Amino acid sequence: MTSSIGTATSRVDGRAKVTGRAKYAGEFNVPGLAYGAVVMSTITKGRIARIDTTQALKVEGVIDILTHDNRPPMASDDKDYSDDVAPEGGSPFRPLYDDRIRFNRQPIALVLAEDWETARFAATLVQVHYEVEGFATDLHAELERARAVDKPVKPRGDASKALARAALRLSADYLIPAEYHNPMEPFAATVIWDGDGKLTIHDKTQGVQNVQRYVCGIFHLKPDDVRVTSPFVGGAFGSGLRPQYEVVLATLGALKLKRPVRVVLTREEMYGLSYRPMTLERLALGASAEGALDAVMHEAIAMTSRNEDFSRNDTAWAELLYKSSNARYVHKLAALDVVTPADMRAPGAATGVYALECAMDELAVALKLDPLELRLRCYSERDQGSGQPYSSKQLRECYRQGAEAFGWAKRNAAPRSMRDGSELVGWGMATGVWEALQMPFATRILLTANGHVEVSCAATDIGTGTYTVMAQVAADMLGAPVDSITVKLGDSSLPQAQVEGGSWTAASVAHAIANAADDLRKELLALAQTMPNSPLQGLKLDDVVLADGAIAAKGDTRRSIGLADVMRQAGVERIEKERGSDFKEDDKHAHNTHSAVLAEVKVDEELGVIRVTRVVNAVAAGRIINTKTATSQIMGGVVWGIGMALHEEALVDHAFGRVMNANIAEYHVPVNADIHEVKVIFVEEPDSVINPLGIKGVGEIGIVGVAAAVANAVYHATGTRVRDLPITLDKLARPTGSGDLELGQSRAAKQ
Amino acid sequence: MNNFAYSRAADVADAVRQIAADRNAKFIAGGTNLIDLMKYDVERPVRLIDITRLPLRAVEETRDGGVRVGALVPNSDLAYHPLIEARYPLLASAILAGASAQLRNMASTGGNLLQRTRCLYFYDTATPCNKREPGSGCSAINGINRTNAILGTSEACIATHPSDMCVALAALEATVHVAGPSGERCIDFADFHRLPGDTPDRDTNLESQEIITAIELPAKGFAENHSYLKIRDRLSYAFALVSVAAALEINGGRIRDARLALGGVAHKPWRDREAEALLQGAVPERTVFAKAADRLLRDAKGYAHNAFKIDLARRAIIRTLAQAANATPQIQSVKKIR
Ligand SMILES: Cc1cc2nc3c(=O)[nH]c(=O)nc-3n(C[C@H](O)[C@H](O)[C@H](O)COP(=O)(O)OP(=O)(O)OC[C@H]3O[C@@H](n4cnc5c(N)ncnc54)[C@H](O)[C@@H]3O)c2cc1C
Ligand code: SF4
Repeated sequence: MTSSIGTATSRVDGRAKVTGRAKYAGEFNVPGLAYGAVVMSTITKGRIARIDTTQALKVEGVIDILTHDNRPPMASDDKDYSDDVAPEGGSPFRPLYDDRIRFNRQPIALVLAEDWETARFAATLVQVHYEVEGFATDLHAELERARAVDKPVKPRGDASKALARAALRLSADYLIPAEYHNPMEPFAATVIWDGDGKLTIHDKTQGVQNVQRYVCGIFHLKPDDVRVTSPFVGGAFGSGLRPQYEVVLATLGALKLKRPVRVVLTREEMYGLSYRPMTLERLALGASAEGALDAVMHEAIAMTSRNEDFSRNDTAWAELLYKSSNARYVHKLAALDVVTPADMRAPGAATGVYALECAMDELAVALKLDPLELRLRCYSERDQGSGQPYSSKQLRECYRQGAEAFGWAKRNAAPRSMRDGSELVGWGMATGVWEALQMPFATRILLTANGHVEVSCAATDIGTGTYTVMAQVAADMLGAPVDSITVKLGDSSLPQAQVEGGSWTAASVAHAIANAADDLRKELLALAQTMPNSPLQGLKLDDVVLADGAIAAKGDTRRSIGLADVMRQAGVERIEKERGSDFKEDDKHAHNTHSAVLAEVKVDEELGVIRVTRVVNAVAAGRIINTKTATSQIMGGVVWGIGMALHEEALVDHAFGRVMNANIAEYHVPVNADIHEVKVIFVEEPDSVINPLGIKGVGEIGIVGVAAAVANAVYHATGTRVRDLPITLDKLARPTGSGDLELGQSRAAKQ
Repeated sequence: MNNFAYSRAADVADAVRQIAADRNAKFIAGGTNLIDLMKYDVERPVRLIDITRLPLRAVEETRDGGVRVGALVPNSDLAYHPLIEARYPLLASAILAGASAQLRNMASTGGNLLQRTRCLYFYDTATPCNKREPGSGCSAINGINRTNAILGTSEACIATHPSDMCVALAALEATVHVAGPSGERCIDFADFHRLPGDTPDRDTNLESQEIITAIELPAKGFAENHSYLKIRDRLSYAFALVSVAAALEINGGRIRDARLALGGVAHKPWRDREAEALLQGAVPERTVFAKAADRLLRDAKGYAHNAFKIDLARRAIIRTLAQAANATPQIQSVKKIR
C-alpha cells in the first residue's frame, strides 16, 4: 500500500466548503435566535458618564440593550479572564465590565433585537456621554518611556566593545507598523441557551477548549455545562488564539435573554480586536572585512497595552542564526492606550527577521560581498544561543536550491545595474527561520467493523488543512484509504487539544494519532491471535502492520487477516483508542524550520511603481505531510510577506487614537495583480530526532524573510534603502536619510 | 445604518416628483457607494428611491456624431461597449482602471459621477469633517492627508474626487444631462463638480431635486493618441494617488489639440487650459510635456503627507503624454507601465 503522507492530497473538507455545507460560527441557525449589534467607544480613554438607550429601546424589535450597568454578573478576578495564550501577570480586558474606556473602538454596549438590521439601526441611536481623558497611542512619542522585558535570550561576550573594535559597523533602525489580521470570515459567536444553565457556543476561535475554560472562568460555569465548537474557521492567523469579545457579548446576551444569541462583528469592529504591534527594530552589526560577524546588537521596542505586556522574541533570531561571539539583545515595551496586541503569523519572527535580514543585506553591500555568500560565511551548524546542534537543519540546501531555481548566479551586484526597459530590476534575498514546536494533544480513533475509521480531536482547522493531514496520517498508520476516514475537529467535548497556532498542530497531532494507532494495532493483534489457526500466531506487535484493511505479518502479506474478520470473530462492533502525544522533551537539540527567500522586483524608474515579479521560497521543514496544502501555506505566507513589504499599515490618527483605515478598501493587502510568479520548494530534511515521523510543521515559516527579501530587492533595483514598512512609492522618492520617522541613518563606517 | 423606506420610480418624471417630495430621500442606482456610506452612518436617507428600472440604459449615437450614454449603463457595459472601445478608448480605459470587476458590474454611469470622496475622516463619524458635518472642522488638514488634494483646496476641505471615469469625461468634454422639477438642462462637465471653497458639503452643481439622465460625449474621441495612467498604492483595486488622462490630436508631427485631466489631486477632475495651450502646436516631446506639467502644477500645494504628489503628478503627466503621443496607451489589464 502506498503512503499518503508526502503526497499532494486535496482537502478532504474542500467540497463541504465550496458547497456551503461547512458551517461557520455565525451560520448556526436555531429557532428564536436574537441578534446582537455592538456599540463601540468613539474616544480612546476616559469613562462612560452615561449611556442613554431610550431612543434605541423604542425601536420595534429591540429586545434589550446590555451595558456595564445592567449586564449579567461576571467574575471580578483577573485570573478568571486569563486564557492559555494571555500574557502572564496581566489584567485581561473585560468586555462590558465597567465604565472605563481603555482604547478606541472598545465595545461598550450590545443591542439585542429580533433581527440583525434592527439591532444595527438601534445601535446608532444609543447615545453615549463620556468623560474624556488624555491618552497616548503613538509609539514614537513613548520610546523614552519603554521598559525592558525579560527574554530567554542572554548576552554573549561584550557586544559594545566588539562593535567598537569591528572593522565594519552598521547600525540602522527598521520599523514595522501595526498590522491587522483581517481574516475573510468575521469574528462571530452563536450562543445557544440550552436551559439548566447549559450553553452550546459556536465561536470563531483557534482553540475551543481555551474558549470553554475562559467562558467558564468569567461566568463561573462548570466545564460540563459549556460546549464550544468551531468546526471551520475562515482564517484567523493568530487573531483567534485568545478568546475575543464576541463570545463574551453573545454569552452575556444569551444569559440575559435566556435564548440563543448571535453576535457577528463588522470589519470595523475587528479593528478593535488585535493586531501585530508596531515595532521599532534597532540593529547594530560589527563585522570583519572577511564577513565574520564580531558583534550583533538588536533592540526591539514594541507597543503593548497598559493592562497587558504582550511581547514575542523579535531579538531571538540573530542569536540563533548566525555565528557571532558577541551579542546583546534588548526587548522593550511601550505601554499605550490601546487594546493588547496579539500573535500574528510568525509573531516576533516576521518582524525581527525582517530587520535582521535587511541589516545583513546592508552589511553585505558595505562589505562588497554577495548577500548569499555573507549568509554562508556566518552559517552556524548550532543554535548560537544554546550551543546545541539542530535536530536537522538543511538551510544550506535551501540556499542552494533556491538560488539555482531563481538564477541568483546571474545577479549583478551593483544597485541600479539591472534593468528591463523602463524598469529597474532588483534581486534580493533573505533567510527565514521559525520554531518547530510540539505540544501535548490527544486523539481518539474509532474503528468500526464495517471498516470505517473516525479520528477526533478538539483541535481546530483554521484553513491550514488539519482535517486533511490528520486523515492522511491516520490512513498510513491504519493502512486504510484516506476516504475511509472521517476526521472530527473543533469541539471542546473531543480529546484534549492546544490552541491551533505556532505551526505545532500537524506534528503534535500526527504523533497522537500514531500512538492511538499503536494501541489499536495491539488490540487487533490480541484479538487476531485468539482466532483458531490464526496466521499471526506467535508474532509480536512490532512484527505486524495494518495494511489494506488487514492486519498482516511484516514482510509477509500472505499471513494476514482482514480487520472486519478479526472484529466479527471476536464479536466486537467497535474499537476505540485515545492517546496523547507523549513525546519526550528533547533538550539536547534545537528544533527549527528554515527557508531561503529570493525575490525579484521591477521598479518603474520614473514613477517608482514597484512590482514583485518573482519569488522563490525554498523551505526546509522536516517531512512534509501534504505537499499541496503545505505549498498553499507557504504561498500564502509569500503573498502576505509581499503585503508586509509593500502594502500593510494601520493608519492611526494620534489626535483621536483611532485607526483611520479600519476597512479592507483602505487597509491594503495584495490583490491578484500584485502577485506574479511564486515558486515553493520543499528541501528534503530527514529528521529522526524531532519525532518518529520527522514532522515539523509549515504554517508560519512561509512569511518569515519575505518582506526582507523584497525590501532588499527594492534597494538593489533603486539604490534607495527604505527601512520603515511599507515601502510605498513616495518613500522611494524622498531624499535618502530623511522621512517622517527620521529613520535610515545607517552608518557603514570602515575603520 | 438607519431605518429607511424604499420605493421605485416608475419613470423619470416620477423619480423627480418623489425626490422633490422628500428632502431626505436619495436615489439608489448601483448602491456601491451609497450603501457603504449608510453602513457607516455617513448618509442617513429616510427613503431610497430605486431608479434602476428607469429606461436609462442605452448607449446610442447622437445626430452630431457623438454618443449618448444613459445614466444607468453599468460601468463595465460602458467600458466594453463597441462604440466606446472604438471611438472613446480613453474612457473605456479610465473605467477599467477603477474599482474591481464586481464593483464595475454594479456601478452606474450616473452614480460614478456622484460618488463621494474617500477622505478617511469623511467616512468616520467619530471625527470632525466639514464635508460630512459643515462647520465641524477638517481633520485631514493636520491629520492623515497622504491621499488628499494638492490643487484647488480650501481651508475648509482638502478632499479629492475619487473617480477615474470622470477624469476621462473631463478630458473628453462630456456634458451631463439632468432632469428636475423645472425641466431638463445640460451641464458642461467642467462645471459639474465643484471646488470645496467654504461649502465642501456640496460636491457638485446638481440640485438636490435633479436626476442625471445621461452623459453625452462629443464627436471628437481622440482614439488615435490617448492614454489613462493611474498611479496607486497597489497594482489594482486602490484609489488613485495621481491619475492622468491625456488626449492628443497629432497631425504632421505637431500637436493640434490637447486635453489633459488629472485625478486624485483635487476636489474635481483637474484641467488647466493654459497647460493644454502650451501643448497646442508643439512637437510632441518631453520638454514640452514637462512645461505643460509645470504649468498645470504651478499652484499645487502639498500638506504634511501628500507633498510627494506634486512631483509624482509631474512625472505621471510627462509619461502619460508620451504614451499618448507614441500611441502606446496604458493597458489596464497589464500592470507594467508602458
Ligand atoms: C471598494 C471600492 C473601491 C472603489 N474603487 C474605485 C476606483 O478605483 N475608481 C473609481 O472611479 N471608483 C471606485 N469606486 C467607486 C465606484 O465607482 C462608485 O461607487 C460607483 O461608481 C457608484 O455608482 P453606483 O451606481 O453604485 O452609485 P450609488 O451608490 O447607487 O449612488 C451614488 C450616489 O449617486 C446618487 N445617484 C445615483 N444615480 C443617480 C442619478 N442617475 N441621478 C442622480 N443621483 C444619482 C445616489 O443618490 C448616491 O448619492 C470604488 C468603490 C468601492 C466600494
Ligand atoms: S478634507 Fe474634506 S472630507 Fe476630509 S476631513 Fe477635511 S473636510 Fe472632511
